[in-house]
Amino acid sequence: MTHVQHLKPFLKKTPFHDAMEAMMHGAGWIRWQGYYSPAYYDSTQSEYMATRNGATVYDVSPLIKYAIKGKDAAKFANYLVTRDLSKVAPMNVAYTAWCDDDGRMIEEGTLFRLGENDFILNAALHQLHWLNESAYGFSVEIEEISEQLAGLSLQGPNSRAILEVLGVQGIGKLPHFGIMETIVDGHWLRIDRAGFTGDLGYEIWVKPPDALWLWETLFRLGDPYKIAPMGGHALEMTRVEAGFILVDVDYIGSHHAIRPTQRVSPIEAGIGWAVSLKKDAYFVGKRALQKEKAEGSSRFILSGIEVEGRKPAPGAFLYADEKGTKELGLTTSAMWSPLLKKNIAFAQIPMAYTKPGTEMWIEIWYPKEKKIERSMVKCWTRNRMFFDPPRKKEIV
Amino acid sequence: MSAQQYDVIVIGAGHNGLVTASYLAKAGQKVLVLEAREQPGGAAQTREFAKGYRTSAVAHILHALHPKVIGDLGLEGHGLKATENRIGTSAMLPGGARLDITDDKAATQASIARFSPADAQAYHPRMERLVKLAGALGSFLMKTPPSPSPAANDFQTKLALGMFAVQLRLMGKKDMLEMSRILTINVADLANDFFESDIVKGLLGFEATLGVYLGPRSPNTVFNLLYRLASMNVKHGQGGLFLPQGGMGAVVDALVKAAKTAGVTIRTSAPVGHILIEKDVAVGVVLANGEEIRAPIVASSADPQRTLLHLVEPGNLDTEFLRRMRHLRMNGCVAKVHLALDGLPDALKQAQGRMVVAPSTNYVEHAFDCAKYGRVSDNPALEIVIPTLSDPSLAPSGKHVASILCQYAPFKLRTTTQDEARTQVLERTLNVLDQVAPGVRNQVTASEVLTPHDLESKFNLSGGQWHQGEVTLDQVFFLRPAASFQQYKMPLPGLWLCGAGAHPGGNVSGAAGANAAREILNDIRKTTARKGAA
Repeated sequence: MTHVQHLKPFLKKTPFHDAMEAMMHGAGWIRWQGYYSPAYYDSTQSEYMATRNGATVYDVSPLIKYAIKGKDAAKFANYLVTRDLSKVAPMNVAYTAWCDDDGRMIEEGTLFRLGENDFILNAALHQLHWLNESAYGFSVEIEEISEQLAGLSLQGPNSRAILEVLGVQGIGKLPHFGIMETIVDGHWLRIDRAGFTGDLGYEIWVKPPDALWLWETLFRLGDPYKIAPMGGHALEMTRVEAGFILVDVDYIGSHHAIRPTQRVSPIEAGIGWAVSLKKDAYFVGKRALQKEKAEGSSRFILSGIEVEGRKPAPGAFLYADEKGTKELGLTTSAMWSPLLKKNIAFAQIPMAYTKPGTEMWIEIWYPKEKKIERSMVKCWTRNRMFFDPPRKKEIV
Repeated sequence: MSAQQYDVIVIGAGHNGLVTASYLAKAGQKVLVLEAREQPGGAAQTREFAKGYRTSAVAHILHALHPKVIGDLGLEGHGLKATENRIGTSAMLPGGARLDITDDKAATQASIARFSPADAQAYHPRMERLVKLAGALGSFLMKTPPSPSPAANDFQTKLALGMFAVQLRLMGKKDMLEMSRILTINVADLANDFFESDIVKGLLGFEATLGVYLGPRSPNTVFNLLYRLASMNVKHGQGGLFLPQGGMGAVVDALVKAAKTAGVTIRTSAPVGHILIEKDVAVGVVLANGEEIRAPIVASSADPQRTLLHLVEPGNLDTEFLRRMRHLRMNGCVAKVHLALDGLPDALKQAQGRMVVAPSTNYVEHAFDCAKYGRVSDNPALEIVIPTLSDPSLAPSGKHVASILCQYAPFKLRTTTQDEARTQVLERTLNVLDQVAPGVRNQVTASEVLTPHDLESKFNLSGGQWHQGEVTLDQVFFLRPAASFQQYKMPLPGLWLCGAGAHPGGNVSGAAGANAAREILNDIRKTTARKGAA
């Protein structure tokens, strides 16, 4: 639990704050980018279960959002990020990384392509300086629009049904990572089919004055569908199950790494698939990443592992042998998955160990009766997307 | 046009571009040089500024053309007389007093003694010591800077570094320590250490700040002094100051002949619009008129900003690298003034071929103060050359030309407009000139002023910076133009820098061009060997 009493005067309230506050049963507020954000309302376990079995909403308004527009916006965005945006049509979301000169990842996030030359970049950390520096020579306007949009992430198996009763026409046809805009009861909505839970889910963006209307309407119409609010702790569980990495947890953003060796490439961070080395245009860090690929010099790949037993293994060392003579790497995020009934983690392991099923050993230190005990157990490489239900991408 | 007609395209027919082209052509490469202007030469050319009056357009004293370049390219066989018209320096004081520094040691001492007997005694030992120290740096002029990561250096580079260490050690403990003491300090302190008279200190302060946006009290200025003094050693330059017959254009004429003899094609009035890039590799150039010319190697002798920020279109280089290029210190601060003179006042006739107006450290510092706040110096420091004294053909019979460097006239002006700056440069230069050579103002029949802004627009020098980037400790050697890109090879494959923006920097020396050519040829050899093996 994070104590924020001393920070209270400095934190801002998102447009959903009043609605969230009414449901806040504990001292669950934490700071996220200068805003009050719920870590939990009542119990993390119940919010997690609600997400996996019904539907929950999570306030994503504090996300930092940049509008990128202008004659060269498409060229610039394609230069900025590692994905090939020539393959991303308007009204689609692209998950992508962006790197420094050395191909080390500054951050990753989603890029909304609203039009040919109209983008919104969503970031967890401030990036305006980097965007402006990178934009030298391009005819683009970059504007931070974080407070011009309020957003709720509606996630879970019932999320589509709730949007249907809300009256969003064609929501069933909206493809995974698609974006649509619509009007409901005179309110403008932008809905994208993405999220941080790995399940069927949507992000709904409204003008800030419409935020409380959206919350109230969703909860009123969603009641039969078991809609509930969710905090960051439950979100953390779902995102690990979904295999999504988090800046400064699973990798250090290259701009605030203390040592240069802390910086990682997107390939090392396990999102090599989002790096299009073959795209026609150059992008920042491309030559460095091409070199890494050609030389096979990636130090590790962040992979999923399944650990024997039930003891969560955050920050645990992996070994090739039970005796622990050959060290392989380290876990970042780790948890016991109540849904999958599996002990899962992300681990930085050498390329040679990334084939699913590869057996390794892991050293877990855990508290037991006021003592710290050690256990050395087996673990196996797995697809990092531990939870990936077909309904996530299903079209109805 | 059929594909791959040329092996190398060199952008810019300045002296470095021509040197690179000649070396490459001599090694069997088919080279095309593209020059934006109507005539080759870049900042080293002779041109008519008023009817019948010609002078070196930008650089006007030859002292640093590297002997190895002269020898390798056989420039003397092509008509270059690099060591003709040796000139001395006169420090001029308002009111007519003068200090002459010539090859005649006794006369020089006598001249200094009129201001300070102590300085007369000190002058030669001190300056010889500085030249000796500068000589140790000079041996790096024709070397490719090492990579900061030791493993990346080849044997030759390691040897050069080792030799430098040995050379430093061979200077003896005293000189070595002196070198480390003075390398980063300011020239005002050095002048106070060495001399007592204002006139000698002022002269030293001027020599150390010429061409950098620094005043005598700015750190780092001794380095600039040593950099200039390196050419006073015949191993690294002409060993003195010379006014080539026919102006700087004569150097370029010889280079053009050498290039053409080697088989280089030179096209003038062919400005490059941008560098042609395919699959993230430079594959040629597109001229401003749209014509496309392909070659696997593009070597640009244009400055780093022009090359990397403008000729390479946005989106082809990395963000931090481009930031470094944008932030290169390139605030040109020297204006060029050309005067057509009816006749020559005695003061200018009797003095040495190079006259300097910098009466004291404070005079130069005050001149810099104006520049620091974005203004043209109220009382600029001047370097005056009368080329017609050694080459009367530059002006109609009996008439003269004055070629003047006016320091400081900053490129970055705060409120002054360009036209105002031009007027101020002329007016203030004439004011100062009239003080040391009374009556000269009345003999001016025509004039031309080239502010740094004009140097940028007319000679494509970004920021009007003569050396394509100030030659200061943070912008030399393995930091020129940027760390990790000091070996002439730019991050964009196929693109090379071969101008003064690369090591070792400015002056009409040809060293950057020669070094770049060597690195390009090494690369071609390596690539061919790799292809052969495969």
